[in-house]
Formats: sequence, structure tokens, C-alpha cells
Amino acid sequence: MPNVKITLDGTQYEIDSKKTILEAAKENKISIPHFCWHGKLSPSGNCRICLVEVEKMPKLTIACMTQVTDGMVVNTKNERVINAREAVMEFILINHPLDCPICDEAGECKLQDYAYKYSKGFSRFVENKVHKEKRVDIGPRVMFDAERCISCSRCIRFCDEVAGVHQLQFVNRGDRVTIETFPGQSLDNPYSMNVVDICPVGALTNKDFRFKSRVWEMSFTDSVCNGCARGCNIEVGVRNNEILRLNPRTNDDVNSAWMCDHGRLETWKNVNAEDRIKSPKIRKDGQLIEVGWDEAIAKVASEFKSFNKNEIAVLGSAFATNEDNYIFAKFAKEVLGTRNIDFRRHNEGVDDTVLIRADKTPNSSGAEAVGIVPQENGMNFDQIISAIKAGKIKALYCLEDDIASIPGVGEALSNLEFFAVHATNHNKTTQYAHVVLAASTYVEKNGTMTNFQHRVQRIRPAVTTLEQDRALDNFEMSRWDTFAAHNDKWGKGPRRDSRPSWKIVVSIAGVMGTKYKFNNADDVFNEICHKIDSFKGLSYLKVGKKGASLKQSTVTV
Amino acid sequence: MSNEKYLKKSEPVRVKDLSFFQRTYVTEILKGMFAACKQIFKPRFTIQYPEEKVVHASSFRGRPVLVEENGVERCVACGLCSRVCPALAIDVQSASTELAKERYPEKFEINMTRCIFCGFCEEVCPEEAIIMSNEYELAFSSQEESIFGKDKLLKSVEEMKPRLDFLRDHR
Ligand code: SF4
Ligand code: SF4
Ligand code: SF4
Ligand code: SF4
Ligand code: FES
Repeated sequence: MPNVKITLDGTQYEIDSKKTILEAAKENKISIPHFCWHGKLSPSGNCRICLVEVEKMPKLTIACMTQVTDGMVVNTKNERVINAREAVMEFILINHPLDCPICDEAGECKLQDYAYKYSKGFSRFVENKVHKEKRVDIGPRVMFDAERCISCSRCIRFCDEVAGVHQLQFVNRGDRVTIETFPGQSLDNPYSMNVVDICPVGALTNKDFRFKSRVWEMSFTDSVCNGCARGCNIEVGVRNNEILRLNPRTNDDVNSAWMCDHGRLETWKNVNAEDRIKSPKIRKDGQLIEVGWDEAIAKVASEFKSFNKNEIAVLGSAFATNEDNYIFAKFAKEVLGTRNIDFRRHNEGVDDTVLIRADKTPNSSGAEAVGIVPQENGMNFDQIISAIKAGKIKALYCLEDDIASIPGVGEALSNLEFFAVHATNHNKTTQYAHVVLAASTYVEKNGTMTNFQHRVQRIRPAVTTLEQDRALDNFEMSRWDTFAAHNDKWGKGPRRDSRPSWKIVVSIAGVMGTKYKFNNADDVFNEICHKIDSFKGLSYLKVGKKGASLKQSTVTV
Repeated sequence: MSNEKYLKKSEPVRVKDLSFFQRTYVTEILKGMFAACKQIFKPRFTIQYPEEKVVHASSFRGRPVLVEENGVERCVACGLCSRVCPALAIDVQSASTELAKERYPEKFEINMTRCIFCGFCEEVCPEEAIIMSNEYELAFSSQEESIFGKDKLLKSVEEMKPRLDFLRDHR
């Protein structure tokens, strides 16, 4: 790639000649305002806020579509440019309703931000604004407010270029212009909600999140979606210890800047759901009764001791973290002494060409990598189920998965003499369990997931359980969290007596006489990195915010 | 403590040069009684609180209230008052409404033990929906009682007219 030398605001830079002025500036931390340009979409050059002065060019030119050339001298901050920006802002604001008080975008709105930075705060327009439809049902998950639209076309380009379906289009001209779907159609592609994120104003809003909270009242925690094996990088938005929304985080190696609507809406509703398991439970007289942790752990330990090791099988989970599965496998081999170790695969549907994977679990490759595989002469999932039916396996220990949702497995489970399961919510499987251990969900614990590319990515807790403290355990804090006093209602919210699965297993091992010295998820991950070849050289620090790839040699366990 | 050596006896301040008559204080007592008796004939300004109450001028900053117009609150639950409140007294939960304003406060609570009556909320409100009233009687027997919900906060436009007029004229 040939490089060219350009001068930006008086400083010379060497830039790849394929880049535009805007990209060159961005690379060098010079900000040029932009509405219609988006790093992951084709440029369209229609908003004109990015005008800059290029010496020897008669007129100002748009930075987002002008390629750099050798010897180019660009001014992004002189008076001429500033005047032009103010004029563009004034023009865009002519028909903008300025209803920030009722607009969900307020606080993260480009138009609002630029109005402070690049506008005079004054309009010469005294006539009446053009009014358009508000609350337009443009899709099942997205609401459109025509008045707020600044016609940047980002949403249209997203559908065409990323989602691959031509669903939106401009109609009419001049100040009547608006976006619409074709008659009888709606914005319903599986990635439709990304338009909410990229819309620079509040014209497209998330129906699920609509009016739930101001963004400045929330904390945002970097994590990873658990909706499928892609593991899109996300931000978890929380207020009063309740998740209100998820947003994608940019990671070019995994999800670009997007996530699917399923991941965005369906992966966290269980945290606060009615059927959430709020503390450990033991079955007494056919009913699951809430008990304390000590009692539940002692019960599991004493039950497992009463079985021969060939009568025990364990099932890890592709929903649980690498840490959970590693400790679980270690416990199964070292303490229970069983060879029957496997987990349930969830290949449902097909991989699409954008993000969605057929494997609907976040960590199947991780579970395998850390040792959730049948040992020599051990049984696999199907064999375990048949052995339970045949009465050969009498005790089963299962991590967070609803195995009983497979037809026929339920009856098998009712044969068991002892069945302990880690679960976050009541499901078919917990109906058969003798002990239900309340597991923390993926937004309540630290850990790592390994996606289908064998990329290890961090999940971080965003919601506190009873044993965690937002301030002391290094959670992201919103303003409410920081200042809530003991007698304030806000900054609180429901907390459950759940624990991360690896921790529960460590406690059970302890009662059974094997003391594992793990104080936190970091300790577990460090051991994984020492013991498992493909993880060698990794640490939470290396995994960082964007993940790190596993070594692609044959995985030895 | 033996710091006596540092203490010096000070000179007497009062000069003892009063005459015998002056030392009887007769004139001074009479002057004082005259001054006191003069007040008997002046109008009283003591207010018999709590039987009588002070009605403050519309510029007074009493407890913040929400303005109710046509049976609904003006508030659109934008959360600006809650953001600006230096004492973090305001908790707003927005929700959507079928009304033209789209958004309304499902819950609006002011913790009166936090409020410092600064009036910032009134100043920032884009809808003139939260304003300072002239109410100053705020005594509670529990912390829960000090959290005022919409039931205690809503006041009709008519009732709040003096303050609204004041704001229109002086803001
Ligand atoms: S709805 Fe938003 S993203 Fe789409 S054209 Fe309008 S402003 Fe741009
Ligand atoms: S593609 Fe998968 S990981 Fe990504 S957001 Fe959707 S469900 Fe979540
Ligand atoms: S008067 Fe001041 S302290 Fe009281 S609620 Fe309003 S902003 Fe908060
Ligand atoms: S600033 Fe006004 S409109 Fe906004 S939430 Fe407060 S009272 Fe309601
Ligand atoms: S960002 Fe360049 S024209 Fe819109």
C-alpha cells in the first residue's frame, strides 16, 4: 500500500493512500464531525457536516468521501470550516423537533453533541417547522419518529449492506423526505435493531428499551452475548441492579459493530424472570424447598459419596463458562472418579452469512477444550441417557442446561436415585432434580467463553448477587450506584442468593474432602492456562476487552 | 499545670469614676422601662404559629411540587431535574403514554430529607412541570414518610398560579 504525505491542521502525517481525509484524521485523533459516515458502512456523503478545507480546492469538500493525495494540505478547524459547520447544523436543525426531553437518544445523540460543539445555539428560522408522523411502527422491534430523522441514510445502508435485505428507502423530497418500508412490509430482519444504534439521532428507537431509563443513569459493563456460538461483544446496560438493554461493542474479529435482535432481547430476560431460582433448593416430600447453601452442599456431597463411581455421570454445559466447566470436569475426574463426562450440544438451525450461528450456546468449544469430553471407556451424552434408562447410572450431576427439554430425557431422569443440577431458572430439568443449586447467570459472574472461532472472550458481572458488592467487587458504577445511601430506594434492586457454578463445585469438593484453592475466577483461569495446552500463555489481562485466540493444536486434556 | 508565671494580671477595664447617684442606676432603669412600655402601644408582629401561618411571597422557595394541568402532570419524565439535583433527591421512572406528549412519569418521588430547596429542578425543567411551592412544613416521623410520591407532589395549575406568574415575570 503506497503511503502519501498529507498535512492535517499543520502537522504532517503519512497515510495509506486508499484512506479518506476523515479516516486519516480519525487515525490521528483529530475529530471531524460526521453524521452519515459510519466506519462499517459505505460512505454516502449526504449530511455535509464533515466539510473541511483542502488548500488549492476552490470550495470546501467533504472529508468522508475525499481520498487523501500526496501533498494535500487540509484544515479542519479554521474559520471557514467552522462557519460552514455552523451553517450545516443550523440547516439540519431547521425542521428538527428538538424534543430531547422525550427522546430516548438524549445523552447519546450525535445531533445533541454536535449542537454543543459545532453550532451557534441560535436559529434564524422563525417559520413553522414541518411536522411529520411520530410513533411510526416501522418494525416489530423498532419505532420510528419521522420528525427527528436527519436523512443520513445510515439505516437504509445498514439493511442493504449488512443485513442483506432491502427493507428501507427514502420517499418524497426536500423537507418532506422520510424513510419508509415497502407497502405491507416491515423492518423485521434479524438484525433490525442495529439501526437503533447507528441512527445518529433518536429517529429509530428500541421498542423494548423505550422510555425505560435515561442513558446517563445506567452503568455499562463490557461482556459477551451468550445467544449463540458467535459471542458478539456487548455492553450490558444496568440501572438499579436490573438489566435494561444490551448494545453491541465493536470487535472486528468477531461481530464488527453489530449483534442480532435475538441476542439483544432474549439472552437476559431470564435474570429477573418470575421463574428465577433465587437460592438453593432441596426436594422434600416432592417439593423443592429453599435451603441455605451449607445444607444444599452437604446434601450433594453426602449423596455422591453413597454411589459407586461407575454409577455416576456428569454433564457439563455449553452455557457455562470455561472456568465452570474446567472445575466441573476436574471435580468429576478427581473427586467423583467418573469417566462419564459430556455435555449437550445445541445445534439448532443454520449458520447465516452475517453473525448468527447454528450452535445456540456460547461456549461449546470451550467446554470441550477444558475437558468436558467422555474419558477413556466413558459414556457420551446419548449413552449416559440410555444408561440412566437402563438403571446403570444412578446419580447424575448436571451444569446449567435444560437437558429434559429433549423428548424422552425427562422419563430417563425420573429413574435416577440422585440428581443434582445447577440452574438459573426453573425448567423441565429442575422438575426432576433432587437438589437445585442456584447458579449465577452470565451477567452475574466473571469468566470466559470460547466462541466458534476458538476465541476466548471475557464476561464480566453487571448485576450483583447477594454475595457481591457493586463498589467492593469492582463493578461498573452508575451515578445512582455511587451515591445511594442505605436508606435510598434507588441504586438497589433485586439480588439473588446465587453463586457461579465453579464456586459451588469447589464447595462440594471441599465437603467431600478435596480442598481446591480457588478464590476467584482469575485463579481458575490461571490454572486452566497452566494445565491446558491450547490456553497456554493466556491470562485475563491478555484476553482483555476483545478476546484472544486459542492455540490451534490438538487439544490435549 | 504551672503556667501561672505566664499569666499577668490585666488592668481593670471599667473606670471606677461613677458618682454615687449614677451608681444607684435610677435614671437608667426608668429609661429602660420607658422603652419597653412604648412597645405596648405598637401593633404586634408575633405570629401565633401553628394556629396562624405565614404566607410567603411567590418568590419563596418551599418544597418542590409537580404541576398538574387538565388532570395530568405536565412532566414528561425527561429526568433532567433528577440529573441536576445536587442532593440526588429526585427519582423518576418514565413510561409511555397514549397522550401527545408520549412520555410520562410512572413514578415520581422526591426524598424530602435529601432536598435542599435549591430550586435547580425548577430551573432546569423544560416543561415548567416542577416548581417551588410556598410550603415549608416538613416534619416526618419516619424516613419512608419523607419520600413524597405523585400523590403528595401534584398541585393544580390554579393553585400554583402565583409561582407560575412569578416565574414568567422574573425568569
Ligand atoms: S432514521 Fe436515523 S439512521 Fe435512518 S436516515 Fe433517519 S437519521 Fe439516518
Ligand atoms: S449473533 Fe449470537 S452472539 Fe451475536 S448477538 Fe446474536 S445471538 Fe448473540
Ligand atoms: S430543590 Fe434542589 S435539592 Fe430539592 S429536589 Fe429540586 S434540585 Fe433537588
Ligand atoms: S425536568 Fe420537568 S419534565 Fe423533566 S422529569 Fe423533571 S419535572 Fe419532569
Ligand atoms: S459525514 Fe461526510 S457528508 Fe455526512
